[in-house]
Amino acid sequence: MATYIKIASNTVGAGGAASVTFSSIASTYTDLILKFSARNTADSSQGFITLNGSATSFTGRRLYGSGSAVSADAGNTTNFNPSSVTASSYTANTFGNGEIYIPNYAGSNNKIVGVDAVTENNATTAYGGVFAGLWSNTSAVTSITITANGGNLAQYSTFTLYGVSNA
Amino acid sequence: MVDTKIVVNCETGEVEEIELTADEVAARAAEAAAYAKAEADREAEATAKAAAKDALLAKLGITADEAALLLA
Repeated sequence: MATYIKIASNTVGAGGAASVTFSSIASTYTDLILKFSARNTADSSQGFITLNGSATSFTGRRLYGSGSAVSADAGNTTNFNPSSVTASSYTANTFGNGEIYIPNYAGSNNKIVGVDAVTENNATTAYGGVFAGLWSNTSAVTSITITANGGNLAQYSTFTLYGVSNA
Repeated sequence: MVDTKIVVNCETGEVEEIELTADEVAARAAEAAAYAKAEADREAEATAKAAAKDALLAKLGITADEAALLLA
């Protein structure tokens, strides 16, 4: 029976943080899931995701809606860029939320990353979308970093990393 | 106020709050600028496509719904 094991969690304190990194991830599990609820102190709904501190070999596709339109485009090549955090101009004291799923993170194949996330906003514009990412690197994933675009992850943004075992 | 990054060591449970270096601050600004440009380029391309589509529909004298019927 598959089981979720909480590996670590973090809540951003006063002053915010440019990024949150979970490092030294053991290869004990089958898959990784990072659940988060985040807000950006800058007016951007982007929370960039990188693996093992790398800034290369990232590709992906975004499919997202803004409340008034649906869009699809290719991701960045230096990170994964789902629209996943609530921007500073959005409703106050409100956070986006989402999930990053990395199956077979410790295997010797290239790494697939799936993200589904929403940016909460009590207004016309709010993003909801899915992101399919590929990190063309056969190394085991040992760290995951989420970086706020152009600002800081706001106080009270939370991140919890789970290991999923398939037996 | 100095910007910091948080590193959670999953093996030991230790949480570090580390001050960003000058290079990291500059890299963050550069990444934000590059992303803003990429988004602007994507929006410009989408706008151009929409304008081209409208122009073609006007040239053909049909509506978008009628064009969809032709392609169905």
